[in-house]
Amino acid sequence: MAKILADKRIETKHGRSRPVAKRHMPWGTWALTLNAIFVYTFLYVPIIVLVLFSFNAAKVGAQWQGFTLQWYNELFADARLGDALWTSLKIAGLSTIIATTIGTLAALALEKRGWRGRKAFDTGLYLPVIIPDVVMAVSLLGFFTLAFRQFQALLGLNLAMGLWTVIISHVAFNISFVTVVVGTSLANFDRRLEEAAADLGATPWQTFWKIKFPLIGPGVLGGALLSFTLSLDDFVVTFFTRGPGVNTLTTEVYGRIKKSISPEINAISSLMLLGSTILVLTSLWMQRRRQA
Amino acid sequence: MNTPTWAVELDHVTKEFRGSTAVRDVSLKIADGEFFSLLGPSGCGKTTLLRMIAGFENPSSGDIYIEGELMGETPANQRDVNTVFQSYALFPHMSVAENVAFGLHMKKINKADVATRVKQALDMVQLHAFGERRPKQLSGGQQQRVALARALINEPEVLLLDEPLAALDLKLRKEMQLELKSIQQRLGITFIFVTHDQEEALTMSDRIAVMELGKVLQVGQPTEIYERPKTRFVADFIGECNFIDGTVMAVENGAVTLETTGGVRVVGTGMFPVAAGDHAVLAVRPEKVRLVEGQQPQGTNVFAAIVERVAYIGSDTRIIVRLPDGSPFDVWEANTVSTLDPNQYYTAGDPVFVTWATQNSLILER
Repeated sequence: MAKILADKRIETKHGRSRPVAKRHMPWGTWALTLNAIFVYTFLYVPIIVLVLFSFNAAKVGAQWQGFTLQWYNELFADARLGDALWTSLKIAGLSTIIATTIGTLAALALEKRGWRGRKAFDTGLYLPVIIPDVVMAVSLLGFFTLAFRQFQALLGLNLAMGLWTVIISHVAFNISFVTVVVGTSLANFDRRLEEAAADLGATPWQTFWKIKFPLIGPGVLGGALLSFTLSLDDFVVTFFTRGPGVNTLTTEVYGRIKKSISPEINAISSLMLLGSTILVLTSLWMQRRRQA
Repeated sequence: MNTPTWAVELDHVTKEFRGSTAVRDVSLKIADGEFFSLLGPSGCGKTTLLRMIAGFENPSSGDIYIEGELMGETPANQRDVNTVFQSYALFPHMSVAENVAFGLHMKKINKADVATRVKQALDMVQLHAFGERRPKQLSGGQQQRVALARALINEPEVLLLDEPLAALDLKLRKEMQLELKSIQQRLGITFIFVTHDQEEALTMSDRIAVMELGKVLQVGQPTEIYERPKTRFVADFIGECNFIDGTVMAVENGAVTLETTGGVRVVGTGMFPVAAGDHAVLAVRPEKVRLVEGQQPQGTNVFAAIVERVAYIGSDTRIIVRLPDGSPFDVWEANTVSTLDPNQYYTAGDPVFVTWATQNSLILER
């Protein structure tokens, strides 16, 4: 290693090169490098194995028996899985629209200064980001049960868990994420632009739609994509708050795992991984674009 | 309606922000077509005053009239004024042409007229070739011109400028000063110009209001502000000035005699009512002082002094001398003769006499 470093030359500003001083890698750097290798191994090896085995011809066992697209073909022919996907998309789509609207409005309210309780509202919004999913799920379940009982007692309405309870629950945890992302976008927004617009005769409504919204738009879209991804990927909250017959991709996968880990499961998981990755990357790209 | 109508009239305007007073009881009348500057150090309230005229802030008390009309809490978008912001505040997601057209679009002017007027406005600031660019692709000076075009295209009665040249380098700033002034004269629009740069204010303004700690200390033409400052702060803030503290001994035909603690008598033109025994200060500008070598000159306002430091700056030589009481005193001599002879310039340690004419020095409140 030391030899390689000694021989390596770096380009200087003027195009000439000079030798890099000979030095040893300090032990701290070694330790950190080793650590990084461990982290990446634990993070990515299981995922790589999963993706690889989704193309494995073997029906059972961990033996590689050749490449196949059979499991993917079976997936696309599986009507039950198609239904689950459709349910997932419905939940993700609706909860994203609602959460993005409410979350953006919350971020706009938080940006305005000088109202009582602003700080508490701000802190409160972060709670769903940090509490464990299972706590969120159990509390939502408890909330629905209590609410249903009240509706029954006071109005004589018989309500039951269903798709709509899942959507409400997803909205509940997505609002926070949208608010955080849109809030970052607003923090980068130059407020003098609003004054400039007003100065040029724009009403507050025109100022919002012509100046503010186009400039924070990438942030709103980024928040929406993040919310959509979180909703698609959620298992715990969905599992606790769904009514009978409501089956999303994640609950369907869980149902099948209970029997055995089949190659189809690997294939579904690989596709979900691909979908989520694309959504998250798009979301990050959207948020970064406004800085360009 | 007030007659005659002022472009902007401020009537006892005060602005308080959570306990601190940014603007204190300011009354001003700014005429139509005037180039009026608000000059003062940062934090003196000049920008707050401008923001109240624009409608971004409302006065805590007092009234603002624009073209004779009481503004009250009229929002910024309904006032016939436009602002050029210090940071330019151009809309980053719009092209230069779209930025300039924004005000006309808000007024629902038809597209053909907008196009013609945008072209005219960009021509005026010499940016006709840049209409399709984004603000970020322009230099600071060009962005400044866009901001100017975007404001002027609306043909406001009053244009407010908040330190618009502060971010430009010196040479470009000088160019823009002349350009702004010529645009203002051509269009005949009232300009209210906020700056902390006294030279800029003197160069461009018809009248200047000097502000400190939220108050207007003096309003006048550049010559009045420079030659007849009413307070020590104004004399000190605009240009350079020497001050000599003393006690009033006599007042005669407007000439006031002070005696310094060192027992020397100086005479200056009285600028405020004084009586014998009052404390006052004599102010004299360094370029109005003469240095004499050899024989002590006759008359009043003569001090023996020792040259302490000499700075040759090309057009002038700036000499700091020390008076008998130990206080420093600035003298500027114009270099009217071209020479390399070192004997023609002062050197540290030279004994000299400092002198100035009575009419060149003012007696101000301490």
